[in-house]
Amino acid sequence: MPMFAETELNVRNKKVQALFRVLFMLMTGLLILPVLIILATLIYKGGSVISMDFLFTAPTDGMTAGGIFPALIGTVWLVAVALLISVPIGIAAAIYLNEYAAENWFTRLINLAIINLAGVPSIVHALFGVGAFVIFFGFGTSILAASLTLAIMTLPVVIVATRESLRAVPMAFREACWNMGATRWQTIRRVVLPNAVTGILTGVILEVSRTTGETAPVMFTGAVFFTPFLPQGIFDQTMALSLHLFVVSTQVPGVPENLPYGVALVLIAMVLIMNSVSIAFRMYLRGRKKW
Amino acid sequence: MNPKAISDFDRRNLDWYIDKLIQVLVFIGGISAIVFIIGIFIFITKEGIGFILQTMDVGEFFLSPYWEPSDEDAPEYGILALVAGTASVTGLALVVAIPFSLGAAIYVGEFATGKTREFLKILVELLAAIPSVVWGFIGLTIMNPLIIEVFDVPVGLTVLNAGIILGLMTAPIMTSIAEDALKAVPDRYREAAEAMGATRWQVIFKVVLPAAKNGLLGAVLLGVGRGFGETMAVLMATGHAVNIPHSIFDSVRALTATIAAELGETAVGSEHYQALFTIGIFLFIITFLINLTADLIVRGVRRG
Repeated sequence: MPMFAETELNVRNKKVQALFRVLFMLMTGLLILPVLIILATLIYKGGSVISMDFLFTAPTDGMTAGGIFPALIGTVWLVAVALLISVPIGIAAAIYLNEYAAENWFTRLINLAIINLAGVPSIVHALFGVGAFVIFFGFGTSILAASLTLAIMTLPVVIVATRESLRAVPMAFREACWNMGATRWQTIRRVVLPNAVTGILTGVILEVSRTTGETAPVMFTGAVFFTPFLPQGIFDQTMALSLHLFVVSTQVPGVPENLPYGVALVLIAMVLIMNSVSIAFRMYLRGRKKW
Repeated sequence: MNPKAISDFDRRNLDWYIDKLIQVLVFIGGISAIVFIIGIFIFITKEGIGFILQTMDVGEFFLSPYWEPSDEDAPEYGILALVAGTASVTGLALVVAIPFSLGAAIYVGEFATGKTREFLKILVELLAAIPSVVWGFIGLTIMNPLIIEVFDVPVGLTVLNAGIILGLMTAPIMTSIAEDALKAVPDRYREAAEAMGATRWQVIFKVVLPAAKNGLLGAVLLGVGRGFGETMAVLMATGHAVNIPHSIFDSVRALTATIAAELGETAVGSEHYQALFTIGIFLFIITFLINLTADLIVRGVRRG
């Protein structure tokens, strides 16, 4: 008998292992498969609705016909203004946390606040938006109020992504720069940020995707069911694509069956494309890394 | 030291001032998260406090199953049925999500290798990005007729529908957090076990899972928090009927969905409006506690 022949125990163990492997693979498949089927259904039913007309005309006949143009433009406004607010704050927060903050209770408190900001239900963010921006600061239901609410809600996305990419810049880069007599800010500005900028960009794209899909926070702060006008400034109300999906699928009678599928498909395509771009960016970055 | 030497070492030039200025600016950014969290609490309390101090009967609020705010003679504000709705949907979602996301995390983290692993991780990340209003729409249009047909029931917008939808929504997030927890177990644990002759699944069950148990618990808790706070999907898929469910085929209504559905039709400052903000305060406190616990547990892992 050869020295390393399989014993009965070995054989049994191998079988059990193969069994578990298949079991876990099955579970992973069952997690992913239903979603793929659902996506296929969305594409199948919504695909026929989508055309240039659908994307570039306004809803007509009490939203039972026509396109989604005002909702698309509204979403672009909401996302753009939200980014203008949250990206500078988020990057500043990440720079503070990674470049300045010490390991102490205060930093832990900030981290806890970031985790909670991400964990507070979206409808509570909406209530905050109503109480603070719509009423207290007197912005009314406007793009500004809605975007401020969205910005605060998605701030953790920017902070976490930026902090990760700052953390990936080796300490030696900073030390070399300090040794040349540069100040902290000169080091950050000339060495750390240029090396982290693509990583920050992936975070920003992720935030765009999150902001695009959010519905509850904009419902009472700036987005309306229907308006025939395109927004002219940040104090106007607007339609939003995510809310439009809610409206045409629950609030409006007599909508043709496929129309909401078209809206859902456009929304999900926007979100998934942005996420894919962000992931591609990250992989490109990993491949290119010099250190 | 003579004055000349001191001025040589004095580096307070323009760059020095810019440096100090930036330091202040990024500090303001750094504390913004704390400011916002406190701000959220203050502003929702400010809007809801009138109800808490004047109208609210604590016993009725938490124990009465009747949510009838628009009753003109005797409006009743009991959230028991709403809590039951939220809890039943979240509970079912966890039953759906925990086994699958744990299984998927183990497969992705411990079995899959190379390209397969990378591909699965990307897929999970993309699934987590699907907006909640789209999930609600799926519950409304795809799951609803499916449930009516398969189980031969009159209504498809039920605990079952919302539970499955919420489970599918939560699973990708739980999978990636659970996979992080598995990855945090040092490789030398696995190597030591394998050197003793353990097989893969023995390593996983006897070494990796026990070592990662806090992180996994944290993943589950974050799933609970997500379930409690989810708004659009449960608004669209539960049927929105105030009801303490007796089976998974009953329609219910969630706390979050109540706010989303009713806030638009209340007058600012009215009793009903303040009651909705009080629900918001309740949700804020619950999710705060859940997130805090999850964070403490996960931090415990990192230290250990």
